[in-house]
Amino acid sequence: MSALLEVSGVSVSFDGFRAINNLSFTIGPAELRAIIGPNGAGKTTFMDIVTGKTRPDAGTVSFGEKSVSLLSLTEAEIARAGVGRKFQRPTVFEDQTVHENLIMALKAHRSPWRVLVWREAAADRDKVAALAEEVGLLDALPRKAGELSHGQKQWLEIGMLLAQEPRLLLVDEPAAGMTLAEREHTTRLLVDMARTRAVVVVEHDMDFVRRLNCKVTVLHEGAVLAEGSLDHVTKNSDVIDVYLGRG
Amino acid sequence: MSRSFLAKNPSVLTFLLVLAIFTLTVTILSDAYGLAFVSTSFIKTLGKTLCLCLVALAMDLIWGYAGILSLGHMAFFALGGYGLGMWLMYARTEEIVVAALAQDVIPATAEEIRQGIATQIFGVVGASEFPAIWVFAHSFWLQIALVVLVPGGLAAVFGWLAFRSRVTGVYLSILTQAMTLALALYLFQNDSGLRGNNGLSGLQNLPGLDGVSQDRLSVWFLWGSALALGLGYVLLAWVVSGKFGSVIRAIRDDEQRVRFLGYSVEGYKLFVFTLTAVIAAIAGALYYPQAGIINPAELAPIASIYLAVWVAIGGRGRLYGAVIGAAFVSIVSSWFTGGRVPDVPLGFYTISWVDWWSVVLGLCFVLVTLFAPKGIGGLFDLVAGVRTPDRKGAALGPDDGALMEREAQE
Ligand SMILES: Nc1ncnc2c1ncn2[C@@H]1O[C@H](COP(=O)(O)OP(=O)(O)O)[C@@H](O)[C@H]1O
Ligand SMILES: [Mg+2]
Repeated sequence: MSALLEVSGVSVSFDGFRAINNLSFTIGPAELRAIIGPNGAGKTTFMDIVTGKTRPDAGTVSFGEKSVSLLSLTEAEIARAGVGRKFQRPTVFEDQTVHENLIMALKAHRSPWRVLVWREAAADRDKVAALAEEVGLLDALPRKAGELSHGQKQWLEIGMLLAQEPRLLLVDEPAAGMTLAEREHTTRLLVDMARTRAVVVVEHDMDFVRRLNCKVTVLHEGAVLAEGSLDHVTKNSDVIDVYLGRG
Repeated sequence: MSRSFLAKNPSVLTFLLVLAIFTLTVTILSDAYGLAFVSTSFIKTLGKTLCLCLVALAMDLIWGYAGILSLGHMAFFALGGYGLGMWLMYARTEEIVVAALAQDVIPATAEEIRQGIATQIFGVVGASEFPAIWVFAHSFWLQIALVVLVPGGLAAVFGWLAFRSRVTGVYLSILTQAMTLALALYLFQNDSGLRGNNGLSGLQNLPGLDGVSQDRLSVWFLWGSALALGLGYVLLAWVVSGKFGSVIRAIRDDEQRVRFLGYSVEGYKLFVFTLTAVIAAIAGALYYPQAGIINPAELAPIASIYLAVWVAIGGRGRLYGAVIGAAFVSIVSSWFTGGRVPDVPLGFYTISWVDWWSVVLGLCFVLVTLFAPKGIGGLFDLVAGVRTPDRKGAALGPDDGALMEREAQE
């Protein structure tokens, strides 16, 4: 199986502080992967690098069959290449309706001219309705996103990710602020999505990770500490040290 | 598509209706076409105000919708005025020169005529040759093309440089002010090719229309300005009503997030910056023939700041708000600064409105920004909220706004 995303030897420093230290990471085209690690381990920074928000000082990041280097692309180009991202803090466009949020995310041409002449077709309406249904926001379509509850905003953002139809999905702490039932729903959704695409989930919550039932990468001080099944990594003495050491 | 567009934007129909009624009313009250109730100079003021409303629409798109506080759009407005002014001045002077040379026994050659025009136009700055930038001034259509292409090109180049380096917020505003100032200082020079601080004058006289009185011309220009404003409103309402409008509002609110959706934020900003610069230029090209004169003082950085003040007071982020703000503030401004408002004697000091008006305006701007960020347009939300509380505060539309606009203009 050839890798969809291949990160190798990546390092990045902020004012002399090494947030990511010679990190290497690979994921296949249809794989679910959980990244765990204590606060400040560099999980969010890792996502920043893959999505083009942060430029690494060293290393390579290549994506897709043709192994395109993501380092020379802008954030928008990386997104168009098929990398979708869900932020830790839900970020939706609060001043706009749920419908408008989803329409913006819907896979379509992104250039100003094409967007200017774009008009909603019946197929788009159906797609948006289906997405909204999937994330439980069908009734909320005409509402402003800013009126939604925290959990609903998380769902809306997940819906927007689905609408983008990315090949690689980076999900930062999706379960934060969700009820137990919502967490289960999220787990199902993520496992489902990983059947056809690569999904990387960053999560603190071990129960959540256990339910994902996938390969786990443990990050610590900007480098990979251990990799394997959850049972395998939790038996690793380094991992135990890091987690117990940090409480 | 057009049906659903109007259905989704009821304000467009209302706006066009009000604009048509306004234009018709003024025409009926005009010297040339009706009851001679409104003076020609006031009709010109109204026509100019319509042009200011058009440039305010452009400002609302770039600032209110896309969140880019450009303080340079009046420079594009003035460039549009200069562009059309060059043709007006050339063609008028040509008529005069040809008439004068016709007295001679030997018919004048084309070269002599051209030389005569150059001497007439550039005598004031001690030159008698056409500068290179006047090469198209003899042709109406080429010069019209320049009215759009020069400001559009400048905006495209400036915007490309600024947005590519991700200059945002207050830094971008300062940069646009610097551009305006640089342009004004350049034009002030006598060898700028545009007659330095003399500017271009006599623009109210249209070539070939000697027989038409200013009374009638002023109404024609009012019609032209109203048409441009109406078209501009429909165009911008169309631009902001669809996904494009969604994307630029999203850029205003969180541009980083928009990037992760795959939209090139810089491309959109450049697009909006250039489009609005072109609209501003067209508004300027219609404005200055009504003003009769244009000089580099029109590009003063303060003019662009005023433009932002109008839009803020009218209510940014809604098109009719910009129109109301521009109409209301510019009419009230010209009333106060026109010396028609009686001074207020305080005994120890006399408040002269001519001097104090800008202080009042500045104060209004600060108050609106602090306490009524929705501006005058916000009043409709209030009215709508009170009358129809279950409509989620949807704006009533510009009905009442039009009323205020009319009040302001009467
Ligand atoms: N833009 C930045 N500037 C300076 N330091 C940063 C920046 N981003 C992250 N860091 C630091 O890098 C480390 C890793 O942060 P982060 O990736 O957010 O961790 P995690 O998401 O795993 O909790 C932290 O110590 C954080 O303070
Ligand atoms: Mg984090």
